Amino acid sequence: MKKSILVLLAAIGVLLTAAVAAKDVSLLNVSYDPTRELYRQINTAFAAQWKAQHGDSVTIQMSHGGSGKQARSVVDGLPADVVTLALAYDIDAIADRGLLAKDWQKKLPNNATPYTSTIVFLVRKGNPKGIKDWGDLVRAGVQVVTPNPKSSGGARWNFLAAWGYALKQPGGSDATAKAYVKELFKHVPVLDTGARGATNTFVQRGIGDVLIAWENEALLAQRQLGNNAFEIVVPSITIVAEPPVAVVDSNVDKHGTRAVAQAYVEFLYSPQGQEIAAKNFYRPRSPELAARYASQFPATHTFTLSDLFGDWRQAQAKFFNDGGIFDQLGVGS
Amino acid sequence: MSAVMRSRTVAWPRRLVHVVLIALALVFLVLFLLLPLATVFVEAFRQGVAPYLEAIKQPEALSAIKLTLLVAVIAVPLNLVFGVAAAWAITRFEFPGKALLGAFIDLPFSVSPVVSGLVYVLLFGAQGWFGPWLDDHGIKIIFAVPGLVLATIFVTLPFVARELIPLMQAQGSEEEEAARVLGASGWQMFFRVTLPNIRWALLYGVLLCNARAMGEFGAVSVVSGHIRGLTTTMPLEVEMRYNEYEYVGAFAIASLLALLALLTLALKSLLEWRYGDEIAAHAPGGH
Amino acid sequence: MRRRVLPGFGISLGYALAYLGLIVLLPLAALAWKASGIGVEGLLRLLSSPRTLAALRLSVVGAVVAALVNAVIGLLVGWVLVRYRFPGRRLFDALVDLPFALPTAVAGIALTTLYAPNGWLGQWLEPLGIKVAYTPLGVFVAMVFVGFPFVVRTLQPVLASLERDVEEAAESLGAQRWQTFFRVILPMLAPALLTGFALALARAVGEYGSVIFIAGNIPMRSEIAPLLIVQKLEQFDYAGAAALGVAMLAISFALLVLVSLLQRWSHRWQERSL
Repeated sequence: MKKSILVLLAAIGVLLTAAVAAKDVSLLNVSYDPTRELYRQINTAFAAQWKAQHGDSVTIQMSHGGSGKQARSVVDGLPADVVTLALAYDIDAIADRGLLAKDWQKKLPNNATPYTSTIVFLVRKGNPKGIKDWGDLVRAGVQVVTPNPKSSGGARWNFLAAWGYALKQPGGSDATAKAYVKELFKHVPVLDTGARGATNTFVQRGIGDVLIAWENEALLAQRQLGNNAFEIVVPSITIVAEPPVAVVDSNVDKHGTRAVAQAYVEFLYSPQGQEIAAKNFYRPRSPELAARYASQFPATHTFTLSDLFGDWRQAQAKFFNDGGIFDQLGVGS
Repeated sequence: MSAVMRSRTVAWPRRLVHVVLIALALVFLVLFLLLPLATVFVEAFRQGVAPYLEAIKQPEALSAIKLTLLVAVIAVPLNLVFGVAAAWAITRFEFPGKALLGAFIDLPFSVSPVVSGLVYVLLFGAQGWFGPWLDDHGIKIIFAVPGLVLATIFVTLPFVARELIPLMQAQGSEEEEAARVLGASGWQMFFRVTLPNIRWALLYGVLLCNARAMGEFGAVSVVSGHIRGLTTTMPLEVEMRYNEYEYVGAFAIASLLALLALLTLALKSLLEWRYGDEIAAHAPGGH
Repeated sequence: MRRRVLPGFGISLGYALAYLGLIVLLPLAALAWKASGIGVEGLLRLLSSPRTLAALRLSVVGAVVAALVNAVIGLLVGWVLVRYRFPGRRLFDALVDLPFALPTAVAGIALTTLYAPNGWLGQWLEPLGIKVAYTPLGVFVAMVFVGFPFVVRTLQPVLASLERDVEEAAESLGAQRWQTFFRVILPMLAPALLTGFALALARAVGEYGSVIFIAGNIPMRSEIAPLLIVQKLEQFDYAGAAALGVAMLAISFALLVLVSLLQRWSHRWQERSL
């Protein structure tokens, strides 16, 4: 019996020693799925700049996944120095656990959103179903692919964009918006758990006539998967999707990385950072760069979250929490 | 003699039945097992050999392979020792609660992989039972190698024990008792009598345990944190690449895992072919 | 008597219990403790919501049907592999373990690629009006896949050890081949068949990795229970996720106990009849 306890302790010891990771001058950026290419370029550029200015080399580790899942991992102890997620609600959730100040959105310009995107449609070559605007999505015989708003950040932007469109129609109200969105989800054959899953379903599996997607996702998919197979349709009105960034206060204090983490998020606002964002199909905040890349981003009428829905906490509670409007739609039944 | 007689006297309707049954079984095996396997390789080599090699040579792929091997190298031996100890206790002694112990060993099989990961987050996560204490002492379990190892151990815990228990039950303990009576020490008895008797079942259990350990996705995904190059195992790397439209890369890594599966199967078949009689002689009469 | 002869009772049982306690029971206790956070009323509300019920139904009914199908096909494949000789038999025998060894995520992606409307199999099934990928049928296909080896592997040794004398005796007494099968062979196989069924069932109930890719994940229709757990987690509802986890665990454990009771009963019945 005594021996067995010893064996056990030895086993635990082996496990624990493996746990003590080597100290390194490194940052961990916890991000969502579609930003891999963006941050690969940002990280290289920032590391070069930091080295030139301070002489220290900095390595930036990346973690990518669904935005909500990533936020939960940070709450559960994933030692993120910086979070760059799909929507403010996910960072709010981290702030609720005391890992960063509740007013984190005030600490960086533009509501802590260095770049934006919009919600657009990806359709098959030649647009065989003649999709031009939100209203076309609920025509008979049209199948729409969008992920599940309960588990995907991108899907929540899609949902709010659709809701906003219906609300802005003549005579639009919460009731008509709800009726429109309810009808829309009747046209959805597959609810993937994440935005990337939805794109794969649409592109690889040939399911559906329209994919509702982030503009940067649609442009990226078009580039990655061949220019000829898909077309982008920009609806008459859509939402400004704002993926925010923040420094995780308690983690950078623990790691002693506040200065470099702060410099990293500020780099995203620099001309160089803005240009990299634009090259990766995110709409830059800087007016000069926005002008330079204007041909890439078609103009359209837009509204912001705060125009119609208040802040993300309110939107989350009203639409996506258990028992909220999405649950009331009775999707699938 | 009777076998020869039989085969000669098999009437044609019965032979037809044989052929139909064999055909049915093979059609199922091909459609259900061979095709998915073939898909993996076809997709991996869709753009030829060069992109395939390119995908595998990326540093992120290499570190995922290393991590997967590391996790298996820790988890499998621990479960091996556990399997032998549990099987010894259960098949050689009578004690109250024995049936319950057997049921507990099977428990991880009936836990959803998602839950297997979640339980460790509840224990060791920043908000978990031991999270704050671990944090104060700078020990990382979740989102680090130990968490991956723990989740893997949990998921693969029953394999070795499950192989050994029915076999050792069927074998009985006469030989071991004889060895003891003839003066062998406990370890002598174990290494000279018990181990040779169970080695093939043990190896088979280890092979299955290893295959599952390297391929586990659900549980590991919950505790990994997905830090590229640090806590991403091969199955997670497959998913991430798939999500990044790197289909060739995803299927290339998947093909490595499939190769591993094939290697496991080949090893197992080799064992059965080489030592078939020995294994058959010890085959349990059902579990 | 034995206890005095054979050594190692303390160390082996102690080690097994401590290991099991740390790796399995302690974490599951944490799960139960977390689940208790929503209280009895919360649990009932959660479990009685139509969406939860639909997801649990799909996971449990899907797994039971998949395990039944596996029992039938597993019996066929096991029988063919043990009793008949044909070219490539060893190869096919080795192939049976593939679902054990192939990572679930890989299996999920491969199955989806195959059964999607533009896939190798999907393009033939689509004109027939059979949709597999993104429907409950797809969930079922993935469940059959992951549970398949269990039945074959538990049956094979028993099939090999079945004594032909009994069959021959039955036949020489004038029994038809099918009578021999149903009256003599099947009862002898029953305990192993049930074990295989139970293992395939337990595996399929909780399956996530392979199912998630091929299921359409539409609430009330093709959404499995483990996905609901993941969604609860995304909303930081740890207690709800843990409660669902406990409920699923209870269901599959109850199913396993039921099967082992059946098994004991069939064992007894078999012994009496022989």
